[in-house]
Amino acid sequence: MPMASTLHGSLANKLPSNVSCTHLDLGAVDWQSALTELKAMGATFLTVWGADNCGRDNGYSIHAAFLTSAGVEVLSHRIENVANPSYPSIAPLFPAASRMERATRDLLGIASTGPDRQPDQRGWYRHNGWPANTYPLRHNNPHLEPRAPNPGPDNPYPFVQVEGDGVHEIAVGPVHAGTIEPGHFRFSVVGEKVIRLEERLGYTHKGVAKLFETLSQKQGHRLAARLSGDSAVAFSWAYCAAIEAITAATVPPRAVYLRALALEHERLANHLGDLGALGNDAGFSFGLTQFSRLKEDLLRANLEAFGERYLFNYILPGGVALNLPQSVYAHLVHLYRALDYEVAGMQSIYDEHGGLQDRFRETGLLSHGLALSLGAIGLVARASGIGRDLRVDHPWAPYDKMATQMVLETGGDVAARVLVRFREIYESLRLCRALLADLSHNSIEATPVACDLAVAEPNRLGIGLIEGWRGPVMIALETGADGAVRRCHSHDPSWQNWPLIEHAIIDNIVPDFPLINKSFNLSYSGQDG
Amino acid sequence: MFTILSRMIHTGILTEPLPTVAVGAPSTEALQRSLWKVLGRALCIRHVDAGSCNGCELEIQALNNPYYNIEGTGIKFVASPRHADLLLVTGPVSVNMEGALRRTYDAIPDPKLVVAVGDCGACGGIFGQSYASWGSIANVIPVNHTVTGCPPTPAALLAGILQAIAASGAEV
Ligand code: SF4
Repeated sequence: MPMASTLHGSLANKLPSNVSCTHLDLGAVDWQSALTELKAMGATFLTVWGADNCGRDNGYSIHAAFLTSAGVEVLSHRIENVANPSYPSIAPLFPAASRMERATRDLLGIASTGPDRQPDQRGWYRHNGWPANTYPLRHNNPHLEPRAPNPGPDNPYPFVQVEGDGVHEIAVGPVHAGTIEPGHFRFSVVGEKVIRLEERLGYTHKGVAKLFETLSQKQGHRLAARLSGDSAVAFSWAYCAAIEAITAATVPPRAVYLRALALEHERLANHLGDLGALGNDAGFSFGLTQFSRLKEDLLRANLEAFGERYLFNYILPGGVALNLPQSVYAHLVHLYRALDYEVAGMQSIYDEHGGLQDRFRETGLLSHGLALSLGAIGLVARASGIGRDLRVDHPWAPYDKMATQMVLETGGDVAARVLVRFREIYESLRLCRALLADLSHNSIEATPVACDLAVAEPNRLGIGLIEGWRGPVMIALETGADGAVRRCHSHDPSWQNWPLIEHAIIDNIVPDFPLINKSFNLSYSGQDG
Repeated sequence: MFTILSRMIHTGILTEPLPTVAVGAPSTEALQRSLWKVLGRALCIRHVDAGSCNGCELEIQALNNPYYNIEGTGIKFVASPRHADLLLVTGPVSVNMEGALRRTYDAIPDPKLVVAVGDCGACGGIFGQSYASWGSIANVIPVNHTVTGCPPTPAALLAGILQAIAASGAEV
């Protein structure tokens, strides 16, 4: 069977990565059959990105990454047609690819083509800020020139219209009512009931992929930490994992444990914040008050332990910025115990609060089948019965020694997403305790927490993949000459999960949207790039 | 209900003293007192994310936690620019948010104050200027005050808001 030979052919080679990662260079026909085979295997689509190869082997290339039971599978396809670059669309088999393909077209002018149906032709990143047919990621485009003043009013964006008796539209955003990120939501409603939602994002597009190309390999982690501030640890770790794998660096074990401690603190901070906000969005402000103080306690402990409240500068290539001060161990042990106790108390209050449960249950339902077919990922997937967590499935160091327990719920509603957060807090606290114990066994202050990195060879591709609090974040890093970054693609799990909200909101009432949205709590900045 | 009440009593009032700000900086308590002195009434803030990485938002949200208790000082975040005295803007201004930022600014009644938040808001930060970014907030709308930091701490934000009001002579 030709399909079997595509993925398991002799051409496959290993890619440097913190997880097991294989790479296949394919022609258009094999690309298509590899996709079909991955679909049949039940692979999870991760991301797609393009690259301009001019100055090297000319033309363009398109790359896609998938998660399989064996690890990550990266497919690459060289596009020789420079005048009209295109590749066979991934979206017909993996619908989560659709918006990413649109973004790739905006950045590089590489179009996806469908077998029977034309892929969505609307732009995703380009609203009206730069001229059509100018592709910022192409090497022949000036790098970071300040652009000319806005050429005109915002691009009209053809939202899909719903027609019928009593249907009307509600337009929300990009500026929202709370202290949150910008995006546009177009609801079609009958009475109070939402019959369709269409999202338009890309408002916070800051051109990070282009910016990466101006940084050296040893600076990129700083930008990675700022792709989505709430996932600073996950992204900077993913970036460092990629460059460390390419340069075959041996990160000191102590730094590896400290990174995991930082990552679990990030998970805790976000889950605590979300649980408070979810209570508040359901009219229970007591929840917000309690959880926001617990979160603040954790952030202050971060300042003591890692030198900052949000760890934007903690993880760097080769290790971490600071050793854990001796004085902080006892405080952290105490904090973990207090959080365990307080969160359990709050959980029983949430559980027993009739009004709260009434708002949470059966709201924003995302069924297991739908989540699976649309390619849900991360926390949202685990609340709809899809048990995938990189820390469990493909544990990288130090998770290979941690025996992380998967948290799985099957409800698929707001209540399930709340419950996953509660349970992941307990598991994270358990991991933190274990990590701290390991760190204190070996707590010689002089132990190095960073190593030097060799200069990477040019034209090497490396993958960093980390299970952040929201789901897997990925960095695909391609090296240039003399320590430069040739291409760096970042992927936030929000890409996969944003379209799911469009489904979860159907048949719910408009006032439940903030609650449903919060239960997903996706990143705008992370997906806008 | 009993559990909720007992937890409230157990938690007590957390607002101040604290926090661990740099040596020499005023305590949050002192900031809150002078905020009240300068304003003498509620200040309404509208926040706009003009393209931030969402880090600054996290620290702005923290202003509402019981430690900083910004509402307790008479400052509140409002949902509409029409109700606002002060516009708190984060981000570098992405080109895709430029129009929305201008429209929000225009919708705030005069006199109005603008505080640019974070290294990005102050100077474009790591993102700078590019095909997709205008850089600092001041490149797009008039700014009265900037609060640097990546992200700025809640105490720095509170101090920045106060300084903006004080410098304006509290005419807001
Ligand atoms: S200043 Fe820092 S935290 Fe704030 S938006 Fe910029 S990068 Fe993010």
